[in-house]
Amino acid sequence: MAEDLNWAIGGEAGDGIDSTGKIFAQAQSRAGRHVFTSKDFASRIRGGYTAYKIRSSTDRVQSVVNRLDVLVALTQRTIDENLDELHDGSVVVYDGERSWEAEIPGDITGVDVPLKSLAEDAGGAIMRNVVALGAVCAIVDFPVEKLDEALEKRFGGKGEKIVENNKTAARKGADYVEEEYDGFDYSLETTDSDYVLLNGDEAIGMGAIAAGCRFYAGYPITPATDVMEYLTGRIDQFGGHVVQAEDELSAINMALGAARAGARSMTATSGPGIDLMTETFGLVATSETPLVICDVMRAGPSTGMPTKQEQGDLNSLLYGGHGEIPRFVIAPTTISECFHKTIEAFNLAEQYQTPVYLVADLSMAVTEQTFAPEEFDMDAVEIDRGKVVDDDSIDHYLDEQDRFQPHYDAADGVSPRAFPGTDGGAHMSTGLEHDELGRRTEDTDERIDQVEKRQRKVETAKQEEDWSYRDYGDPDADTLVISWGSNEGAIVEAMDALQSEGTDVRFLSVPYIFPRPDLSEEIEAAERTVVVECNAQGQFADLIEHDVLERVQRVTKFDGVRFDADELADAIRDVVDGSAAADEVTA
Amino acid sequence: MSSDVRFTDFKSDKQPTWCPGCGDFGTMNGMMKALANTGNDPDNTFVVAGIGCSGKIGTYMHSYALHGVHGRALPVGCGVKIANPDLEVMVAGGDGDGYSIGAGHFVHAVRRNVDMTYVVMDNRIYGLTKGQASPTSREDFETSTSPDGPKQPPVNPLALAHAAGATFIAQSFSSDAQRHAEIVQEAIEHDGFGFVNVFSPCVTFNDVDTYDYFRDSLVDLAETDHDPSDEQQAKEVIMDGETEHMGVIYQDDDSVPFNELHGVTENMAEIPDGAPDGAMDLVREFY
Ligand SMILES: Cc1ncc(C[n+]2csc(CCOP(=O)(O)OP(=O)(O)O)c2C)c(N)n1
Ligand code: SF4
Ligand SMILES: [Mg+2]
Repeated sequence: MAEDLNWAIGGEAGDGIDSTGKIFAQAQSRAGRHVFTSKDFASRIRGGYTAYKIRSSTDRVQSVVNRLDVLVALTQRTIDENLDELHDGSVVVYDGERSWEAEIPGDITGVDVPLKSLAEDAGGAIMRNVVALGAVCAIVDFPVEKLDEALEKRFGGKGEKIVENNKTAARKGADYVEEEYDGFDYSLETTDSDYVLLNGDEAIGMGAIAAGCRFYAGYPITPATDVMEYLTGRIDQFGGHVVQAEDELSAINMALGAARAGARSMTATSGPGIDLMTETFGLVATSETPLVICDVMRAGPSTGMPTKQEQGDLNSLLYGGHGEIPRFVIAPTTISECFHKTIEAFNLAEQYQTPVYLVADLSMAVTEQTFAPEEFDMDAVEIDRGKVVDDDSIDHYLDEQDRFQPHYDAADGVSPRAFPGTDGGAHMSTGLEHDELGRRTEDTDERIDQVEKRQRKVETAKQEEDWSYRDYGDPDADTLVISWGSNEGAIVEAMDALQSEGTDVRFLSVPYIFPRPDLSEEIEAAERTVVVECNAQGQFADLIEHDVLERVQRVTKFDGVRFDADELADAIRDVVDGSAAADEVTA
Repeated sequence: MSSDVRFTDFKSDKQPTWCPGCGDFGTMNGMMKALANTGNDPDNTFVVAGIGCSGKIGTYMHSYALHGVHGRALPVGCGVKIANPDLEVMVAGGDGDGYSIGAGHFVHAVRRNVDMTYVVMDNRIYGLTKGQASPTSREDFETSTSPDGPKQPPVNPLALAHAAGATFIAQSFSSDAQRHAEIVQEAIEHDGFGFVNVFSPCVTFNDVDTYDYFRDSLVDLAETDHDPSDEQQAKEVIMDGETEHMGVIYQDDDSVPFNELHGVTENMAEIPDGAPDGAMDLVREFY
């Protein structure tokens, strides 16, 4: 891989850390560099500290690593928090005029820039972070002009003057460093590539609009709120609407109502909201209503760690709700997959009139990553609405008394669907067990028919749809790594590192939790199998063991921080060496 | 919509299993008449029913319908109407469904002012679960779970609605067939959230709030000089703890319903075969 640069800005909440980081990420993306950002990381000290990290390269980057090359420190604590990652040759930018005396270890270069004074010269102290970005440009040999577009994007709405002042501020920072310092080892290569930069929540929102979703109801919750904020205003341009509900009970019921009316409809939440939505989940399935319910997981249980990573909801999504509820559970493994799997989720929901859990996690939701725009090809979007009848075709689906049968016991389990307003289609749907007409029944034969019919839809889907995985690495390797969700990028990078040491592994990245691919043959062929996931119990590993009736090793992590490529390489190396405990490695 | 719709077209072929004499029969008949009188037919009508004896109404009426989970009928109705404003949406449920487990949704559905009708079949008891106190039960009403009465004041649903900013508040009585149908019809015709609390006696578990009681005590506002557009007068009726009223209590003639307010006018069920036109702009935004 081409050389990467690991950069961060850190300070206190309210210091504008996020928006400054985003400007630099965007500038690098515009300059044809691949970018991977992170805002979730371990913190050793309580409260107050926040940072934005960017890893970039001319090659694709898809993980964080534990190395920091250039750090903009607005507080001493920012330096202290990152001491582990700073190395011989790292550069720390700070403002010596501020009240704190920067303590910087000897082998790290301190660059003292009067951020506040220079910002004031440019028009206001508020621009001190932009001065810092200018200084960084000089340090890493990145043309300061490349910041301009990102500054225009960020401040364009505030008027020409503000944009110009910010451009001036950046140049003052760059000029200062060029005059006062020299001899940095970094040089950021730029390319002509055009990338888009987005996070998982945005990719889900964009996928929803592409898929024809018109109705969204939700209740704000970290880290799913970005889906709602993305859709607000945008979905309206396509004839849709976002409703902020009074709670998640209401959100899922509104989404259900819209879906009954025929709209492609969704809601998104996180664990605490999933708990509430579980009440209505069985109704969605029993009334055979197509609905996409997105869970952007965070660390639980209960309120847990709301801004921390975890993949702990798997069992809840697979088994949540009383009674036996048919469902699909799919979990995109990358940010661009968030887009594609969202579209797939809407098609599955309507083709099989079954609820779909679309599962993402905090790391993916808050990470911005660059992609070639072609990865979001709107012309390739296909919409399959399933068996919808209209005023004419409905005649084929009426019983001998001309009544529409919304739960017709079809061979493939999928009944016709009539949107309200369709002539002759009036029917009832209910959470009570019902006959083919939707009328309540406790007749044993009808009960058995309807339960089997709903199950049969899943069986049909298992046959008809592709429930595969992405296959990486050497198919003949002794070590098989299996994972789900957002760990894919870090594992792929860990494999690169292992391969350069001569260790080959095979990696299956599985986006389908239910139904899921049968991995028996792959596991059989390998000497050892290890399942990697961000939770304590190894919930996906349990499923795999259940499927193949064989023990697998586990790499788990539940400290609230995503895997990074370096620690995964270590963990997998331990498994390959056999130095890890029999079935447990905790990264 | 056909003009020759009769109210019996809204009847399903299922025979109601309500106790003989239950108020819900009259409540449902009035709703069907009001729907027919306002030019609706079963194919453009969506009924959302709660859970309770009252909630069985979804089964006994013929229309597009959803019989959901206990207390959540209102959000479903909001979703239906927002997604397709061409539909006539009517939500019906019990006093427990609406003012206890669904009380949170009631307040917010009122505030949201979606153009639909909400009929609460208020029998001041939990009928389906065989006679426990409901939020509208009297303070001293003895039940299996409150042998000395609930010892807490009943909720005043009209006041709750008013406090939440209701644009239409009415009360009716299931056994006064003519007036009940008229009042529900006014709620349907209202541009916004039409709320009707219907006294719908439970003849099996409530021997206090009976037909006789309501017949003797109810004052019909249509027979007084009450002006529903006068908020002050409405407040006095709502807060009158002595007399039970029926009729349209309050109507805000300036009400702008949700869909209109938010410019949501299209039937969201209609979408193209691929990504919508202009979707590529969404990608460009991320440059
Ligand atoms: C979540 C949940 N809790 C409890 C019940 C049991 N339950 C069914 S109806 C009902 C109360 C019904 O009272 P009301 O809404 O006044 O309707 P009524 O039967 O009086 O018409 C209860 C508690 C349920 N169905 N679901
Ligand atoms: S129990 Fe009461 S509310 Fe229920 S059907 Fe009988 S009379 Fe009506
Ligand atoms: Mg009741």
